[in-house]
Amino acid sequence: MTTTAPPRREAPEPEAPAVRTRRRLPRFGGTALFVAGLVVAGLLTALSGWSWGLFAVYGVVLGSLVTYVGSRVVEGSRKATDRLVTCLVSSAFAIAMVPLVSLVYTVVSNGITRLDGTFFSNSMVGVVGEGGGAYHAIMGTLIITALATLISVPIGLMAAIYLVEYGRGKLKKTLTFFVDVMTGIPSIVAGLFAYAFFAIFFGPGVRFGIGGAVALSVLMIPVVVRSSEEVLKLVPNELREASYALGVPRWRTITKVVLPTAIAGLGTSVTLAIARVIGETAPLLVIVGITAATNFDPFDGRMATLPVYAYYQLTQPGVPPQFGIDRAWTAALVLIIIVMALNVVARLISRFFAPKTGR
Amino acid sequence: MAKRIDVSDLDIFYGNFKAVEGVNVSIEPRSVTALIGPSGCGKSTFLRSLNRMHEVIPGARVEGKVVIDGQDLYGSDVDPVDVRRQIGMVFQRPNPFPTMSIYDNVVAGVRLNARKMKKSDLDDLVESSLKGANLWNEVKDRLDRPGSGLSGGQQQRLCIARAIAVQPEVLLMDEPCSALDPISTLAIEDLMTELKDRFTIVIVTHNMQQAARVSEQTGFFNLNGVGQPGRLIEFNPTEKIFSNPDQKATEDYISGRFG
Repeated sequence: MTTTAPPRREAPEPEAPAVRTRRRLPRFGGTALFVAGLVVAGLLTALSGWSWGLFAVYGVVLGSLVTYVGSRVVEGSRKATDRLVTCLVSSAFAIAMVPLVSLVYTVVSNGITRLDGTFFSNSMVGVVGEGGGAYHAIMGTLIITALATLISVPIGLMAAIYLVEYGRGKLKKTLTFFVDVMTGIPSIVAGLFAYAFFAIFFGPGVRFGIGGAVALSVLMIPVVVRSSEEVLKLVPNELREASYALGVPRWRTITKVVLPTAIAGLGTSVTLAIARVIGETAPLLVIVGITAATNFDPFDGRMATLPVYAYYQLTQPGVPPQFGIDRAWTAALVLIIIVMALNVVARLISRFFAPKTGR
Repeated sequence: MAKRIDVSDLDIFYGNFKAVEGVNVSIEPRSVTALIGPSGCGKSTFLRSLNRMHEVIPGARVEGKVVIDGQDLYGSDVDPVDVRRQIGMVFQRPNPFPTMSIYDNVVAGVRLNARKMKKSDLDDLVESSLKGANLWNEVKDRLDRPGSGLSGGQQQRLCIARAIAVQPEVLLMDEPCSALDPISTLAIEDLMTELKDRFTIVIVTHNMQQAARVSEQTGFFNLNGVGQPGRLIEFNPTEKIFSNPDQKATEDYISGRFG
């Protein structure tokens, strides 16, 4: 059919046009073909009893097929291959979005019922059934994460500076290797490490917030080191040389030239490291435990944290269980909101602190 | 305050690789000395060894003597940081500090070294350095804007202003015009002619016309083959190099009959 199609251009001038024109699908033709394939897939699925999974498989295969064949007939094989790959890539993206959207939808729809003032202002003291809140858990999470940040950012940042600015040869390679290994430590191991460490001094059964902060630091330091290292590597070497050539010592070059240039990236890397550990459950379960009352003192006694709070509300919801389960969902929602807020902060940091190039 | 540089038997290494061998030269004060030669022959390496920037690279080292007014730069009691304060450098690619304004870029050498200075003195320093670098009229109304917002030629002149603001005795320039258009190049060449009253200037260039235009003395570097160290083939007054060089290799290179 392609070969017998009459030429679209009537050529009044004798010489051939410089650019050959080809037949093309109309503007939304590709999408329309894909949707047509989807409709067929829907009909096919409906015949054999409806199922979303089956529909997705049929939809991707048939949609891509119809688009490819339709495009090949009209536009030729190169354009058809292009459209086929576009279909496959877009479908892969859509499938990847499914769990994310579904997760956010579930958490929001289940958690929204208890997202009220009481939840943010009350602890769980004396609460058996309805009511109660996560004030103590929110404060606990913030305190412990802040302490973990205080411990890991200086250590992680300085380690990254060492690796980029000073490290040489074997020692540097070994350190990089161990940082990579540390990145993969299961979080429960970090919790057990902190527990074992503090049990030496305070005896078995020790539970306090600072222990949780130490456990989280074990998880956080390698993340800070790795991401800060990448950011510091991006600082052009020319700036260091320019500084050295002015007779500026190395430590001043680092503090006054390298760090300010990289500050946006460093802020982002720290924020993302915080977001990475703020939702950790296992280590806090081991070393911090849970409590119903508000405890602001991380050096004394158990503290509540959002993930552990959600875990206990779900596994020991009380009678009737619905109230506890609702609180667990809301705790999860609050956690997601905090992480999302941190990501927004990270973006703002990188926008406002980035070196300005405006004229 | 310009000083004379005497180099004797200088060998420069990257790790075990000998990049430059046996350089003997003496560079006159208050003059422009140009270094020419094919790529990879060690001109820039030699230039960087004059203010101990060479050893910033891991594994790089130097053997031999570089003496400035009787003081050996590579003596065991000499701090490389002090050397670099006396010998400024301008690089091939303009590299103003992106986090700093034009003003801060000029006073970077003072600020970063934590020298205390009165605000009015700083203002004077900025004005005189920018005037010295022929940039003052173009930027005097926007000193608080980022230095990276200037054009390439202006950035390079900003870097020159930054280098002369610390009042060095020698100014090293590593192909300062290779990324610039002819007009900016001309501005910087004029600048060199003005600056040589106060500084000893050493410039590396690939542009032989430039060497002929600006310099009093010219050194020709060459290497015998790949993997062999570069050598200083000839060092003579510029007119002699470009009209009647002592060495056949120099003549071949200058007349374009090379290799």
